[in-house]
Amino acid sequence: MRNLKAVLKRELRGYFESPVAYVFIIIFLLATAGCTFFISRFFDSRVASLDPFFVWHPWLYLFLVPAVGMRLWSEERKSGTIELLFTLPITLIEAIAGKFLAAWLFVGIALLLTFPMVATVAYLGSPDYGIIVTSYIGSFLLAGAYLAVTCLFSAMSKNQVISFVLSVVACFAMLMLGAGVFTDFLNGFLPVGISEAISAFSFFTHFQSFQRGLLDSRSIIYFISLIGFMLTANAVVLEMKKAE
Amino acid sequence: MIAVESLAKSFGSIRAVDGISFTVNKGEILGFLGPNGAGKSTTMKMITTFLPPTSGSAKVADFDIWENPLEVRARIGYLPESAPSYKDMNVYDFLMFTAEVRGYDGEERKNRVMRMLETCNLKDVAWQLIDTLSKGYRQRVGFAQALLHDPEYLVLDEPTDGLDPNQKQEVRALIRRMGREKCIILSTHILEEVEAVCSRAIIIGNGKIVADGTPEALRSRSALYGAVTLELTGAETAGALADLQKITGVERVVELNDEDRPPKPASENGNTAKDGKSSLRVRLFPKKGFAIAHEAAQFVHQRKWEVDAFTLEKGDLNEVFYNLTRGGQA
Repeated sequence: MRNLKAVLKRELRGYFESPVAYVFIIIFLLATAGCTFFISRFFDSRVASLDPFFVWHPWLYLFLVPAVGMRLWSEERKSGTIELLFTLPITLIEAIAGKFLAAWLFVGIALLLTFPMVATVAYLGSPDYGIIVTSYIGSFLLAGAYLAVTCLFSAMSKNQVISFVLSVVACFAMLMLGAGVFTDFLNGFLPVGISEAISAFSFFTHFQSFQRGLLDSRSIIYFISLIGFMLTANAVVLEMKKAE
Repeated sequence: MIAVESLAKSFGSIRAVDGISFTVNKGEILGFLGPNGAGKSTTMKMITTFLPPTSGSAKVADFDIWENPLEVRARIGYLPESAPSYKDMNVYDFLMFTAEVRGYDGEERKNRVMRMLETCNLKDVAWQLIDTLSKGYRQRVGFAQALLHDPEYLVLDEPTDGLDPNQKQEVRALIRRMGREKCIILSTHILEEVEAVCSRAIIIGNGKIVADGTPEALRSRSALYGAVTLELTGAETAGALADLQKITGVERVVELNDEDRPPKPASENGNTAKDGKSSLRVRLFPKKGFAIAHEAAQFVHQRKWEVDAFTLEKGDLNEVFYNLTRGGQA
């Protein structure tokens, strides 16, 4: 645990001591606000709800989260510091969890900084705070899932650009599994049961249940186990690739 | 004690390390020699638990690298090749991080880091980003990181790589000093370094140990070992060559030409002109088991030749190295 904390602290500091943190946070805040106000026309809807805010998260995360996570292992492998890290008395699990949690925490901080949106709807009307809370939880879990996918692809390549592109594509695929267009397409030749099962693996489907104000244990378990699975795969890939 | 037993590592079809066994005791400084790609670094990576061996095993202080990697890591100070470090951190923070992972906290952690900054002459750059440091400084940061927990075992992969001659001397002195109480393995392709630092040397070629012994013993495998090189004035070339052959224990006499000596200014060139007398450079090679220095000196004295130079060759590690690692015989 102690080493996990050391890795986490080092990684988190790394974000804030470089421009990455500030660029990310500013872009994230501008983009969420911009989409909410200008594309979703928040004021025109005349509803005190953060729906038009949260609905953009899966799409913004698609690019922003891989940008945060792409360097986690690519950089270590490229600069050779992975050899240093894994000859210090740190276990693989501590290192992986430490890095993942640092990046997740970082995205979480950016997410918390969107609080003026909450203040806005609170000022304009009386929103359903329950839905806002579950949506935030869902958004945070969604970011974690994106990040875990990114960690895996970051371990696969020494090149950050490749890690980024592969992560975006993989996250996009995980998102689209549940999109209406894709499900309709599958329904064309697959039994409904199977296409529904496939869409049950989608980020989108599970994120939506949080947006409806539900804390569905299935969705929570889905995100947590997906993160667990991706990080385990991350460990396997690291063990295989670290020699290169 | 580090005990390595038939350690092997394959990458796909390439056998990088092919069954290496040796032990290193406390107080020993073992030099790993070998051409690039011989398997030095791979062996070190296995001993430090970074890479799992394909077969065989190694024990550090009785802890198996496979079963107890964390115990092994806790006891080893490791300087990987080209001393990687987190370049986005400053020197102080980087060392504080390794100290934390090594299990130190509070005052102790700070003290250790401060002491290392002192030992490795890093005080002036303590607050600089590692990214902005020169190669020499980065190498020292790597050293500081490896020595921080005062480990019993040190594994140093090319520790003087990238240092200037003064820094090399410093580092060698540091290693020699530490070698008294620690068990050190270092790799290098600088042969003089082995002579200057190591109490024992292992030469690796194609993943196998091709020689193991003190630098002195390895040098003695050189054809040059024990040979006598003479520079004579006043001897007639043909006659002298035949004459020298008569010395007890001499196997063969070879005349050396200018290719074998360092270039001289043009004015001094040639081996003929010196006060009108001819000068001759010869090398006498001894038969196996004979020491010829004494005999040769007496012989030359009797012939009343002028001796300009008399050198007893100590053997050339370069030659031994060259022969052993290219499949020749030393």
